Amino acid sequence: MTDQTTQSSYKAESPALEAWRMFRRNIPALVGVALLAVIVGATLYGTFFYAGDPFEVVWAPHEPPGVTPDFPLGTDYLGRNLMAGMLTGGGPTLTVGAAAAAITMVIGITLGALAGYYGGWVDNLLMRITEFFQVLPALLFAMVLVTLFSPSLWTIAIAIGVVSWPQTARLTRAEFLKIKELEYVTAARAIGARNKRIIWRVILPNAMPPLIVSATLTIGVAILFEAGLSFLGLGDPNVMSWGLMIGANREYILDAWWPVTFPGLAIFFTVFAVSLIGDGLNDAFNPKLRER
Amino acid sequence: MSSSYLLRRTGYGLLLMLGVVVLNFLLIRLAPGDPAVVIAGEMGGATEEMLESIREEYGLNKPVLTQLAIYVGNVLQGNLGESFFFNQPVSKLIADRIGPTILLVITAQLMSIALGVFLGVIAARKPNGAMSAFVSVFATIGYAVPVFWTGIMLIILFASSFPIFPVEGMQSVKLRDAAWYVQTIDILHHLVLPAFTLAIIYLAQYARLSRASMLEVLGSDYIRTARAKGASEKSVLFKHALRNAALPILTVAGLQFGNLISGALLVETVFNWPGMGRLAFDSILRRDYPTIMGVLFFASAMVVIANILTDISYRWADPRLRGRS
Repeated sequence: MTDQTTQSSYKAESPALEAWRMFRRNIPALVGVALLAVIVGATLYGTFFYAGDPFEVVWAPHEPPGVTPDFPLGTDYLGRNLMAGMLTGGGPTLTVGAAAAAITMVIGITLGALAGYYGGWVDNLLMRITEFFQVLPALLFAMVLVTLFSPSLWTIAIAIGVVSWPQTARLTRAEFLKIKELEYVTAARAIGARNKRIIWRVILPNAMPPLIVSATLTIGVAILFEAGLSFLGLGDPNVMSWGLMIGANREYILDAWWPVTFPGLAIFFTVFAVSLIGDGLNDAFNPKLRER
Repeated sequence: MSSSYLLRRTGYGLLLMLGVVVLNFLLIRLAPGDPAVVIAGEMGGATEEMLESIREEYGLNKPVLTQLAIYVGNVLQGNLGESFFFNQPVSKLIADRIGPTILLVITAQLMSIALGVFLGVIAARKPNGAMSAFVSVFATIGYAVPVFWTGIMLIILFASSFPIFPVEGMQSVKLRDAAWYVQTIDILHHLVLPAFTLAIIYLAQYARLSRASMLEVLGSDYIRTARAKGASEKSVLFKHALRNAALPILTVAGLQFGNLISGALLVETVFNWPGMGRLAFDSILRRDYPTIMGVLFFASAMVVIANILTDISYRWADPRLRGRS
């Protein structure tokens, strides 16, 4: 009886649980989670408390913030309500950011896994394609794609995904090259597992930690991309977004600082929160690197 | 460095550029609508005559492979087409604007590497010191700020509160006819804010990277040896350690070049810098495809050249690599 209790208290923890324990004690990462929760919450439910159309002209132009209680953040150069823009403007940014990161991960992981696992000519071909895509300046290529195929949230997300996957592919390939030599992969092959099963069920789960960290950082990059495209006026013109607010008001920055400052801060805090979470995950998965 | 290696590397670079040309061609073909109308630009209001001459020039009535051959042949002869909006050959448009872009990108790259590595090396001396904390926080912030917004904030700051740097353009109109050195100083004066804006993001990344890289190197045996034989701290840090820590920094510098050009696009738009990014923005608003494709081609060429230069400097920094191909 006593033997059993001693044994259970030494039970090995799953790596995911261990990572979660580490993450839970990482204060910057928790700040990131809280910050992101506030931003996503405000975007999802903000209009429930403060209704307003971000495109409608409601007041005199360039009303400073904090003067009229109805419009706490003031108005832009046309007299549009900035508070309404701030609350709805995160929608496209967050949606496109998440969708683009998902597309990036799917393309990058698939190509990287095939290249790393099969090696030989498959690896050679896929890596040449990856190098080709790395030569194209990403934002410029995304601009071209969005212009050719008329901007909507979907084309923007796909364009960002198409330009961002090479780094993920390289990372996945490197992980696969490392893991495929390990004994448990040989063991899986020895008991007759097929390639498909080995790639997706044996190696990929073990390659996940660095890929999760990379996915988090990809979300941050995708958000900055979406903001940049909207700023240039290449976003969906029918949807208000933070980047569009900055782009629309940038001619008048010397008359009014607030219409560009608030949306910029919103983008900054969103990406900042995401990268704090990414750093936290990185530390949680690699406890040995923590002192760096 | 063997010349055969350089030759092979250059050949591969040219192959990549050929890929970009083919991609340009495919993009025009894939775009919805009549390619002739696409090339003329939707804002142009092209006449039937113009469309006919475009079809003739690009061979749009011929089979697709012939069209591709004509397109590639034209590019090889330096003919990137005619911009119907600017009413000029695309090659001339780009030739006028590539200089300012290269100046901006290279200045920003050097600025971010020099300052970033310096901060990183100092931080690495005390891994838990205040400088290390600053570098970590600064890197996270630098990564998260949209570059166009940094530029706008700097314009607001320097246009009204501290008017010591010009916030727009590359040259003062009144100095256009001044002596060359006055013009040079004027251009450098205009360069400060755009280059700094672009450098901030990467500066932070280099600081973080070189700190990590230095920490790894500083723990190695040859550093202990160098210290034991009585080398000064400065010599240990900047001579023995930095040279070994430089490889990851070089790798990232090469990989970042494409992103730097993307960033330059936004920065040029914000500061009205007369470069290719500004041209790309103008031509995209007008749907002037020959110009857009030309910019994509030249921007990719800059990345290819930067990659080759990275490879060369890699071998210069690490003699162990020189024997290999």
